[in-house]
Amino acid sequence: MNTAEISREIRQRLVRMHQTGSHFGSAMSIVDILTVLYFRVMNIASPDDPGRDRFILSKGHATSAWYTTLARKGFVDEKVLDTYLKDGGQLYGHPVRGGVPGVEASTGSLGHGINIASGIALAGKNDGRDYRVYVLMGDGEIQEGSVWEGAILAARLKLDNLVAIVDANNLQGFDRVEKIQPIRTFRKKWEAFEWGAREVDGHDHDQLERALREAPFVPGAPSVVIARTTKCKGVKEMEDCFESHYLSVPKDKVECYCRELEEEQ
Amino acid sequence: MRQAFINTLMELAEEDDSIYLLTGDAGFTILERFRDRFPGRYYNVGIAEAAMIGLAAGLAMSGKTVFVYSIVPFVTMRCFEQVRVDLCYQKLPVKLVGVGQGVTYGTAGATHHAIEDIAVMRALPNMTVICPGGPIETKKAVAASLDLTGPCYIRLGKSGEPTVHKSEDISFAIGRGIRVREGVGVALVATSNMVPTAVAAADLLEKEGWKPEVISMHTVKPIDRELLAATAGRCPLIATLEEHNLIGGLGSAVAEVILADDLHARLITFGIPDQYAPVAGSQEYLRDLFGLLPEQVAEVIRDKLKEKIVSGKP
Repeated sequence: MNTAEISREIRQRLVRMHQTGSHFGSAMSIVDILTVLYFRVMNIASPDDPGRDRFILSKGHATSAWYTTLARKGFVDEKVLDTYLKDGGQLYGHPVRGGVPGVEASTGSLGHGINIASGIALAGKNDGRDYRVYVLMGDGEIQEGSVWEGAILAARLKLDNLVAIVDANNLQGFDRVEKIQPIRTFRKKWEAFEWGAREVDGHDHDQLERALREAPFVPGAPSVVIARTTKCKGVKEMEDCFESHYLSVPKDKVECYCRELEEEQ
Repeated sequence: MRQAFINTLMELAEEDDSIYLLTGDAGFTILERFRDRFPGRYYNVGIAEAAMIGLAAGLAMSGKTVFVYSIVPFVTMRCFEQVRVDLCYQKLPVKLVGVGQGVTYGTAGATHHAIEDIAVMRALPNMTVICPGGPIETKKAVAASLDLTGPCYIRLGKSGEPTVHKSEDISFAIGRGIRVREGVGVALVATSNMVPTAVAAADLLEKEGWKPEVISMHTVKPIDRELLAATAGRCPLIATLEEHNLIGGLGSAVAEVILADDLHARLITFGIPDQYAPVAGSQEYLRDLFGLLPEQVAEVIRDKLKEKIVSGKP
């Protein structure tokens, strides 16, 4: 499937959606990861199929990318996307379980997704189901202690049906991630916690697919894919700018950004 | 109460294979039987309460009925934000079971005391707060908790608590207080293991000719407004008893009802003043320090009853 085309459409939709609210850059950062998951890797025919693969967006602030992916997948009416951050709607700035078909968990407070994902993975193993659970975290998010409680726990429970993805764009709310904690040692840290780990270019669909399909990397162990990404990928003048965490897309830039995305192909 | 909890859970788990038990490395001499009988449904998650609540949430989202066991501060306050987001916000029917209510673990010091738990759990939308008044109520509460659609917190003591009920044949429903003794003039409304203290204080007052009513308010949230209204009709003086900070617990919950429902009753609250235990002490010692022994409670109530503003004598 031409997933590059899908990613481009999703990014263009995000440009239009983000004329209000924050986290434009956070959403643009994960578009390729979501596209590869939903259109190449995950087994998910419908959002309520008990046997479906699960995805949890632990970095909930990037939820506009998730809503848009779910709409592109056909689980959510495209028109619903117009209610993003609108009064009285269900498209909150952080995802809410049950608010939108396909949103598995309410997140927004960081460091929660990995443990919820472990619970679903454990239930799946105990019930003899063969679904997988994917959880996407930010590289700033993994400063949370609960992530490392979860790393110990998932390894000890041998959750080889659990795949964590770290969206490693080296930018967090108010700084470079590497100024807060070393980023070159991510892989070693996860491996020290007895996870199988891979590093990939988080915008290269083939690399992402290969890694996600080859998990588990270590038999009987949970897996982590460290996806090196660029914040606000696709809009050159905002790429790798931490301001894109906060700023909306100016009205007079919408067409310009959409055209830029078109031409990139 | 711990034994009543685990015995009941064992019975329920025999019938219902969705029941899971998670512990944060607590439960020595209590949980071993469950661990050995249901190995695939028991996990010692370790000393990692945040992860434990998240794991419980994920299991509950997958159809499991999860009980999470630890000492009160660690299963409520250590992982408060996980309880808030993963359980309450998502409205998942996970049951938090805390042992060591109030100053049960007296000499351990305030890290192990539970004097803010009712207040903070009560403030969480979707959370039900149950503080059984002894082993029989514990048994009933654990069984009844299976019917809840949202999260609950069950606050237990340890072992050997007396029961105030003569038999197990009590009418128990979450959200409905139990009138342990009918009376007039004054009502002692107690929760958790202050219920036996309320009964003992009532006995002392009865010897002096008063006829106190005693209520076990085992569910602090949602609190039984109807029962309080009926009680206030007969008893213009209501005394609340709890081993908890006077801020935010049972006393506060009853005060809210008295004000909101315009009940004509005066309120005295017995509990722990807004402080951590200033000295090492057993539960009995600390209760004495905080004025929570039956004689101390009876004395304060007697003085109030003798004040002209309340004519409580039948």
